[in-house]
Amino acid sequence: MKKNKAFLVLGLFFILVIGGFFIIQKGARKDGTPTALRNSFILNEKLWASIQSAKRLSVKKSTPAAGKVPRVNGLVGLKSEIDLTNYSINIVNPDKSMHLPISSFYLLPKIGYTTDFRCIEGWSEETHYAGARFSDFLEAHNLGKKLDGKYYAYVGLITPDKKYYVSIDMESMLHPQTVLAYEMNLQPLSLDNGAPLRLIIPIKYGIKSLKRIGTITFSDSRPPDYWAERGYDWYSGL
Amino acid sequence: MNNQKHSVLKRCFHWINVPSLAIMAWSGILIYWAHQAYVILPKILVDKLNLHHRLAEGMGWHFLVMWIFALNGLGYCLYLILSGDWRNIFPRKKDFQELLPFVLHDLKILKTGPDLREIYNPAQKMAYTSAILMGAGLILTGAAIFKPVQLGWLTSLLGGYEAARLEHFILLVAIFLFFIVHILQVMRSGWNNFRAMVVGHEIEKE
Repeated sequence: MKKNKAFLVLGLFFILVIGGFFIIQKGARKDGTPTALRNSFILNEKLWASIQSAKRLSVKKSTPAAGKVPRVNGLVGLKSEIDLTNYSINIVNPDKSMHLPISSFYLLPKIGYTTDFRCIEGWSEETHYAGARFSDFLEAHNLGKKLDGKYYAYVGLITPDKKYYVSIDMESMLHPQTVLAYEMNLQPLSLDNGAPLRLIIPIKYGIKSLKRIGTITFSDSRPPDYWAERGYDWYSGL
Repeated sequence: MNNQKHSVLKRCFHWINVPSLAIMAWSGILIYWAHQAYVILPKILVDKLNLHHRLAEGMGWHFLVMWIFALNGLGYCLYLILSGDWRNIFPRKKDFQELLPFVLHDLKILKTGPDLREIYNPAQKMAYTSAILMGAGLILTGAAIFKPVQLGWLTSLLGGYEAARLEHFILLVAIFLFFIVHILQVMRSGWNNFRAMVVGHEIEKE
């Protein structure tokens, strides 16, 4: 009798696993992915965000040859015409909004790093990038903080045509390697790589490194995120 | 039961591995398909398995079930140490000396096999130990790709991000080969042996 019970238990186990799999696959969805998988993304996010530190950097690599063309992947948000000479960026701070000319970003201290640029698809490329550190930009214009002196929880970035948009937690935005870049591989940004100004945030997958910044917003409620609406992990931290 | 071959715990660890490894391999292929760095999967296979544009879903499953696989593996290792069962599995010096006749008998080159005085023969010990190592390797290389910044020390130790990805892929192939040989050997050993992995012991001959 005991022997048959063991087979019964094993059979039941497999029925439960297979049933559970299909219930998750075919069941309720949240932002383009089954709810269970979305919750699993969020649990992983909580765990890994809790150990994230500004001191832990994306490993430094040797700088590629000047002018080596960085791989271009995805042109969403880059298809409209723009005027590079009179380009300005919209800043939406709840209590203070402004337009900053592109030239104002060149005045901030120039920071450069070489590290792996990692695409969520799986490829990676050693890339040099340079521009203004995001935390320097906040400090220079006294942005990103509420009246009580605390930072907003989220930063949103949007292309001028509003077709591509990301949102990122403030802690990751304040990471020293998070840069508003106007150079890649020691050359001015190309249009395909997000001229005149793009984000490079090597502690996240490349989907977060928005090209051609049109608007920067600050908020305590999470701004929309293009790929997080399409089933991907919102956090996407590395 | 004193004639027990596989304890309840061991059987649980064993059978939990089956669906978790299956989902890990399948979701891993969904991820791999988004950027095929080493092997281009044949189109027929891709269509049959419906792999197109399922990267997000693959990642969702992979990063959920990895915890089950890893915790189950960790539990099994603790079990091996605490129960002393590791003595049955880890090969010793004599196992390497006695390996050849067992393998030759298995391949039907030797007609009469050597006497087996333990639960597992030397070839089994080596195969099972390497399966444990492959599982551990999959978890370590996987973690190095998953969090190359937060676990940057691990990624560097494994030779960098690209190297870790290749190692993860090679280990997948290796554990798949283990799986194939394992299934073939279980089929050859017959029902009584398979039954022991379910109920715990073989039918005693009276």
